[in-house]
Amino acid sequence: MFTFFFVLMIIASFMCLYRVMVGPTPPDRMVAIDILGILVVGMCALYAAYTKKGFYLYIAISWAILSFVGTLALVKFLEGRGFDE
Amino acid sequence: MNSNIALGFVIVGVVFDLLGCLGLIRLPDIYNRLQAATKSVTLGTCAILFGVALEFGIFSSGGIKALICILFVIITSPTAAHALSKGSHMSGFKLWEGSKVDKLEKDKKK
Repeated sequence: MFTFFFVLMIIASFMCLYRVMVGPTPPDRMVAIDILGILVVGMCALYAAYTKKGFYLYIAISWAILSFVGTLALVKFLEGRGFDE
Repeated sequence: MNSNIALGFVIVGVVFDLLGCLGLIRLPDIYNRLQAATKSVTLGTCAILFGVALEFGIFSSGGIKALICILFVIITSPTAAHALSKGSHMSGFKLWEGSKVDKLEKDKKK
């Protein structure tokens, strides 16, 4: 059952990677990277339930925060502002 | 019984994730892609995390960690989507030609 879930999540991740490769404008790639980060959070949670080990959820929490910070930095780069404004 | 409810939440979450990424591929421009992908992937990941919390037991250590992770995802993901859409509109990326309403453009002209 979990194998089926992981296969579906990996198919979704490859859809995001397709959008990262062929996205015509830069914001398309940024959206795809953001969505890929949230998908990795879901995959960490699934792996924690699969192995019955709780510490994979720490990886999920820190990945959620770091993905958010990375997306905000990319948006500041997109608007043409510096990082300290 | 509790495990079956958790399995149902996880199935709903995985299906929402897959449909959100399908919208990321199929829709025509950046704003449509953002609206399809962000909402449904956020809901799907929160459903997966809630199912995992039910599987560990809500008040065990794994369940509390999963609930904290739900809190972070549900705060940060719409904020990032809002910043991304506003930033791409401010830096001049056009809407799809089938889109009718653009209120931010009117507000910028004032």
